[in-house]
Amino acid sequence: MTAVLEPEGFQTQRASLSACPACVAAPSAERIAELSKPDHARLMLSLPTAHCAACISLVEQAVQATPGVQSARVNLTMKRVSVDADSSVTADQLIKVLAGVGYEAHELDAGLLSATETDKQGRDILMRLGVAFFSMMNVMLLSVAVWSGAEGVTRDLFHWISAAIAIPTVAFSGQPFFKSAWAGVKVGRLGMDFPISLALVLATSISLFETIYSGHHAYFDAAVMLCFFLLLGRYLDHRTRAVARSAAEELAALEVPRAMVLVDGIEVQRPISEVAVGDLVRVRPGGRMPVDGIVVEGTSEVDRSLLTGESLPVFAGPDTVVSAGEVNLTGPLTLRVTAAGKDSSLHRMADLVAVAESAKTKYTTLAERAASWYSPLVHILSFSAFGFWMWKTGGDLRFAVNISAAVLIITCPCALGLAVPAVVTAASGKLFRKGLLIKHGTALERLAQVDTVVFDKTGTLTMGAPEVTNLADHPRQAVEVAAALASASSHPLATALADAARAAGIHPARVDDLREVPGYGVEGQWRGQTVRLGRASWCDGEEVAMTATYLCTGEGKARAFTFTDRIRPGAEAAIAALTAQGKTIRLISGDTQGAVAALAARLGITDWTAGALPAEKAALVRDLTAQGRKVLMVGDGLNDTAALAAAHVSISPATALDAARTASDIVLLGQDMSSIGDAARISKQTTNRILENFGISAAYNVIAVPLALIGLATPLAAALAMSLSSITVSLNALRLK
Amino acid sequence: MEILTFLIPVSLILGGIGLVAFFWAMKTKQFDDPTGDANRILTKDWDDKPRP
Repeated sequence: MTAVLEPEGFQTQRASLSACPACVAAPSAERIAELSKPDHARLMLSLPTAHCAACISLVEQAVQATPGVQSARVNLTMKRVSVDADSSVTADQLIKVLAGVGYEAHELDAGLLSATETDKQGRDILMRLGVAFFSMMNVMLLSVAVWSGAEGVTRDLFHWISAAIAIPTVAFSGQPFFKSAWAGVKVGRLGMDFPISLALVLATSISLFETIYSGHHAYFDAAVMLCFFLLLGRYLDHRTRAVARSAAEELAALEVPRAMVLVDGIEVQRPISEVAVGDLVRVRPGGRMPVDGIVVEGTSEVDRSLLTGESLPVFAGPDTVVSAGEVNLTGPLTLRVTAAGKDSSLHRMADLVAVAESAKTKYTTLAERAASWYSPLVHILSFSAFGFWMWKTGGDLRFAVNISAAVLIITCPCALGLAVPAVVTAASGKLFRKGLLIKHGTALERLAQVDTVVFDKTGTLTMGAPEVTNLADHPRQAVEVAAALASASSHPLATALADAARAAGIHPARVDDLREVPGYGVEGQWRGQTVRLGRASWCDGEEVAMTATYLCTGEGKARAFTFTDRIRPGAEAAIAALTAQGKTIRLISGDTQGAVAALAARLGITDWTAGALPAEKAALVRDLTAQGRKVLMVGDGLNDTAALAAAHVSISPATALDAARTASDIVLLGQDMSSIGDAARISKQTTNRILENFGISAAYNVIAVPLALIGLATPLAAALAMSLSSITVSLNALRLK
Repeated sequence: MEILTFLIPVSLILGGIGLVAFFWAMKTKQFDDPTGDANRILTKDWDDKPRP
C-alpha cells in the first residue's frame, strides 16, 4: 500500500514546490544522494603534538586534500582530529599523510570514546547551575531591598516576586539532590543529600507560607544560593572525573584490536572479535600477539616482560605456545589460534582483576565520614530547636518551624559540599600537569595514607629497553664487528648494541652477506670467515647469568655483551623522595635473581624479591595489608594486575597493558617517574586542605548555629554565613602548592 | 515606587537574556573546544572568503 502511495506523495510535493524548483529541488537531490551513499565512515585520530593555530589549518588542509575525505575538524582541547570520509579511506593512510606534514598521529577506536554520554551529564548539571545562578542574582537583588528596610506592601511584593523566581528554580536545579536523597532513603541510608533536600524544601515552603501571611522573613535567597553553591561543588566533582575518564578512555582507544588472519594464504585484517579458534594468524616482527596460539611456522624471539616480568626475550619456534600480549621481536610468526578475544589468557586475567576489584573493601571517603556524623547532628539540632520553641512559646507552630528552618539553612552544607571537590579539582589539575592522571576519585585520599611502596621492576622501574654494560671490556675490533652485525637487526639487544657503539665513536666494520636468522641472531662474512651475533647456544658460547648477546668470530671463545635494563628517568628521584617521606620501599619482580639484585643495588633498595609469580606478588601485598600497612603498588605488567587491584592504591605507567591500567587508580602519562614523589606529597596536602575546609565550615557553624537556635538568625545572617564560608573554602583549596 | 514596575521587569529580562545566551551556547556546543577556538581566530585561512 505504502509503496503505491509514495510516488504520488512525491509528485504532489514536487508540484507544490515548483514555484522555486532550483532552490528546493537541488539541495533535496543532493541530500538524497548523500543519504544513499553506502559507505561513509567517521575516523578518529589522536594528535599528541598539535598545539597551535597553524597546526589546526595544516592538519585540516592535509587531511581534506586526501581523496575520499569529506571533512576534517581538529579539536585542540582534546588533541584529536575527527574525519568524515568514504569507507575506502583507512586510518593508516591518514596517519601517513599526517606524518608527511610532521604530525604524529594514532588511530583511536571511536567506539570506545563514549564522550557524548558523560558530556550530556556535564551539560545537564551546567544547565541547572546556570538557572540557579540567574535566580540567585535576581533574588539577591530583591533581598537587598528587604534587608535594607523595605516594609509593608513593598516587602510583600518583593517576597512574591522572589517566590515566583525561586520556587521553579529549586524545583528544577534541586533535582539532582532530591533524586539522590530519595535513592538513599529507599535503601535506608541518610547521606549528605538528605539534609540538603530537607533544607531546600523546608526553606522554600516556610518562606512561601511567610509570604502568604506577609511575614518578615523569607529565605528564598538562601534556598537558591544553597542550590547554586552545592551544584557548583557537584559540577567540579563531575568535571574532574570526566577529564580523567576521557583521558583513560583515550589510552584504551589507542589499542585498536586487530589481527592479520590468513584466509587461503592471503592476509586479511580483522577485528579480534571475529577471529575464531583454529584460524591462522600472522604476527609481524614488532607486533603484539593478538590471540593465544601455537606457532606453526617461523622462528623468532618473544618478549614476555609484560606478562611475566622476565626481561630476557624467549625463543619461539614451531610448537611454542604463545599468549596474547607478548611481543614478537625478530621474525614473522604464523599462529594457530587456541583462544581469542574473551577466552584469551589476557582476558581471563582481566576478569580476575575485576573479581579482585569488587572484593576490595570499600574505602569510606573523608566526605562520607563527615556526612555520617553531620546529617544526624543537623537533624537532631533542628528538631530539638523545633521542640524547644514549641514548648517555650506554648505551641506557636509558625515560630517553631521558622527556627528549625533557619537552623537547617545556617548549618548549610554549602561549604561541606565544596570542601572536597574544590580541593580535589585543584590537586588533580596540578598532578595532571605533572603527568599523572588520577583515575579514581578517592585515589588521592588513599595515597595520602600510604606507608609502604611496592615496585615492580621490568617496565616500571626500568624502561624495558636494554643498555650495554661491558662495551669497554672488548677489543675495539670485536666491537666493530659486533656493531656491524647488530645494525642489521631490529632486535632490542641489537639496536642497543649498535647505538652504544655509535655513541662510543666506533665505526662498524665491513661485514658482507648480512643475514638475520630469526630466533637465533645475525650472521655475516667478515674477512672470509663466518661471524655470528646472537644466542649463546648458536655461538657455542658459555651462557652468563645476565641478559647478554654473544659474538663469535671463529677465533677464541665467544664474547658476551651484557646488558642491563635502562632505569626509568626519575626513578632515583622518586625513590629518594618516597624514602625521605618515611615510606618503606620494596621491590618485587618476576625476573631472575641477578637482574633484580643489580637494579636493587643501583637504586639502593634493600628489600627485594626475585622470581615472584603473579600470585606471590598479590600475596605479598595482601600480607602487608594484613600487617596493617597501607600499600602503594607501582607496576605495569599482566603479572602485576592482581597485586595492583589488591593494593590500597596503585599506579601504572601509560605503557602498561590495558588490564594493568584498568586495575590501577593513577596512570603515569609521561616517562618520568619523579612525579610519584610529588604525588605522595600533594596527596598529603590535599587531605590536610580537605580537613582544614571541614574545620572552616565547622567554625562558621559554631558561631552561627547558636544564633539560629535562639531565633536571632535573619535571612541576611544566613546569606552572609553561606557565601563567606563557601568563598573561604574555595580560596583555601587554591592554596595547594 | 512606580519606577519598580519598570525596573524589576527590566532586570529580570536582562538576566533572562543572559540565561538564554548561556543555554544557546551549551546547545550549540560552544564549550567543546575552547583552546581550538581561541587559536582558530588567528588563522588566515578564510580571511578573503567564507568557508564553503
